[in-house]
Amino acid sequence: MIDLIYFSWIRERIGKSSESIETGASTVIELIEELKKKDVRYSEVFSDLGSFRVAINQELTNFDAPITEAKEIAFFPPMTGG
Amino acid sequence: MHISVQNEFFDFSKEVETFSSKLDNIGALVTFTGIVRGEKSKTLDYMLIEHYPGMTETQIKLIVEETFKRWKICDALVIHRYGKLEPGEPIMMVATASQHRKEAFEAAEYLMDYLKSRAPFWKKEVLNGEGNWVKAGSGDEAALRRWS
Repeated sequence: MIDLIYFSWIRERIGKSSESIETGASTVIELIEELKKKDVRYSEVFSDLGSFRVAINQELTNFDAPITEAKEIAFFPPMTGG
Repeated sequence: MHISVQNEFFDFSKEVETFSSKLDNIGALVTFTGIVRGEKSKTLDYMLIEHYPGMTETQIKLIVEETFKRWKICDALVIHRYGKLEPGEPIMMVATASQHRKEAFEAAEYLMDYLKSRAPFWKKEVLNGEGNWVKAGSGDEAALRRWS
């Protein structure tokens, strides 16, 4: 099981802040494709890869990253701290 | 190094006082405070800041550690708030202390650039009951590249 966590408008549009899933995906991009097939909310949120970022186990990474060691995967828009 | 991620209001002058009172033999102290805009213009009811607990603290620590590697600074302070913030309230602050001003200024700027786009915070501006997520600025990534 992997915990998926969503922030900001991604959380709002998906309608939940987290969920636990089973996946056959081996990379982030495969996981995204899998989620997009699940529901229209996911396909809308993840339609533009330039509009969001991903972190695996709380570390910023890229869409090609393997998720085999992932316990927690977070999706969020570009950060606006400061 | 002092890092605080908090919901509570902070008084930046008191924070600077506490920070600098622990330092010895410094020649420069630079501080920056970010404040919620719109106090008088009423262009904002309040701001909501969301963050990623755990990752936020880790990322800020990494950013501060990198700052110490790059500049000869004596100490650094980062305070960043989350939750509901009213116009006029402080959002965050950084302080850097060094022997000479160049290091303190550059280190503070570096901290600010990285906190802006590498610390997992997201701001939402609320006006007349309607919320808008603040978009990252087009210059934010460019600001990071100047340090590489």
